[in-house]
Amino acid sequence: MTDTAGSGGSVKLKLDGVAKNFGGVRAVSGVSAEVKEGEIFSIIGPNGAGKTTILNMTSGFYHPDEGSINFEGTDISQTLPSKIASLGISRTFQNIALFRGLTVLENLMLGRHVLMKTGVLAAFAYWGPAQREEVEHRERVEEIIDFLKLTDLRKTPAGALAYGLQKRVELGRALASEPRLLLLDEPMAGMNQEEKEDMVRYVLDVNQEWGTTIALIEHDMGVVMDISDHVMVMDMGERISFGTPDEVRGDPRVIEAYLGTTDHKEVA
Amino acid sequence: MEWQFLFELTINGLLTGMMYALIAVGFVLIYKSTDAINFAQGEFVMIAAIVVAGMATNYGFPIIAAIAVGLVFMIIFNIVLERVVLRPMIGRPIVAIIMATIGLALILQGAGPLVFGAGTKPLNIGVPDEPLIWGPLFMTPIDVVGAGISIMFLAIFGWFFMKSRKGVAMRAVADSHMTSMAMGINVERYFALAWILAGVVALLGGLVWGSAIGVDTQMAALGLKVFPVVILGGLDSIIGVVVGGLIIGVCEALAAGYIDPLVGGGTKDFTPYVLMILVLMFRPYGIFGKPIIERI
Repeated sequence: MTDTAGSGGSVKLKLDGVAKNFGGVRAVSGVSAEVKEGEIFSIIGPNGAGKTTILNMTSGFYHPDEGSINFEGTDISQTLPSKIASLGISRTFQNIALFRGLTVLENLMLGRHVLMKTGVLAAFAYWGPAQREEVEHRERVEEIIDFLKLTDLRKTPAGALAYGLQKRVELGRALASEPRLLLLDEPMAGMNQEEKEDMVRYVLDVNQEWGTTIALIEHDMGVVMDISDHVMVMDMGERISFGTPDEVRGDPRVIEAYLGTTDHKEVA
Repeated sequence: MEWQFLFELTINGLLTGMMYALIAVGFVLIYKSTDAINFAQGEFVMIAAIVVAGMATNYGFPIIAAIAVGLVFMIIFNIVLERVVLRPMIGRPIVAIIMATIGLALILQGAGPLVFGAGTKPLNIGVPDEPLIWGPLFMTPIDVVGAGISIMFLAIFGWFFMKSRKGVAMRAVADSHMTSMAMGINVERYFALAWILAGVVALLGGLVWGSAIGVDTQMAALGLKVFPVVILGGLDSIIGVVVGGLIIGVCEALAAGYIDPLVGGGTKDFTPYVLMILVLMFRPYGIFGKPIIERI
């Protein structure tokens, strides 16, 4: 679907032998992967495979115990989440993490926080340059609101929105920071068919029109196989397969991971 | 004459109420941005007033210089407090933070008089003592000045939280620490900012109340007045603080004027708490507090 697929786009994100333990549980062990500029990269796998842990490490909430994570040539393995956000990675959460008491508009404006010039006293300096900057940010946020068709909900507290809309607002907030890498943790989970189709369209639009590199976790196989340029399959903390959707689909290890066992084993 | 008495009680109640609001807003600042309940806010007010009054009476500082010392002290004190005591508690159960602030309150009550002595000190910020007489109305000048200061700063804070970027970020931090981090918000820095602001507000409260009632450890009891005010108005609302403060102020004044003479006094002191309990029964998040949004 995109001409960058599989071709030699530069590497956006590189995981190199990444491992993470929680107490005695090895959540991720020795996973390596490359996400290329401009592609949609999906991570799939059964529950507990370590997918979200990978995302959490990429966004800095956990730090890998072994291996390294590289974003645009910078090692971000031990970098704090707030710093990573300012480097150009933004994300959504599996369980929606909007600011529930704040309006949709405020949520999106906060998405631009990393792009805003800061300074303790800048808060009180509303006039002059600060105001001009504010207006610019507001314009970009309005574009996103327009794009995601949230116009009527601007002033609604995010917590009061229906589930599907909250997911959409969260996508909007992630986009507001103009990320160069967008991490989506199950963007379509719990949605009905119509909401899913909407979300798929938004994700594709973001990828194609804005050229944003996207790494996502998703359980809906139909969606993953349709939109991804590359798919990484994980099971029990390990990478068990990697390739284009077609390559992955035919991989016996993938089938085994999903169905629990293969026929010949059952016989044996 | 009866309506004049009522009028006078009400006006003075409103003025006192605005001054309560000034104390309560420090509490709300902390709650709004860190979700923590600060039981030491009254002690902050007391300690700020003790430092200013102590510098002025014990060391003969001019009042402006004493206030400057107080301001610097409160800022440094709150930065240290946040860094040393409260930051390690981020992510712990909220009850741990509450207990820490209660402990802090007791320490401050004990430590407050150590440096400048325990006696009641006057605090004169240049407001005259003679009552303002306006027709049949008697008002204490410091109450008027205090209410004015209070209105001004509450307006500033209200604007800050609703409109300014930093204020919105602060509300975001209160809403979710983790999500704020993902937005690139430096959560620790906002915590520090909240405590600094609370310290500055405590100084203002200390100046106003210290001038009105004199400076000693009794001032810490003002912190207890904060609870009916914020419960009434809503823990996280600046407007709520004003309305809560005004209601409490007027109720106290009316109780003192009408009920105390009948029963021999004392009702003034507990009326606010009766109101508080009634509010908790019928509207636990206060008049302006945000109800917890729950989708079922």
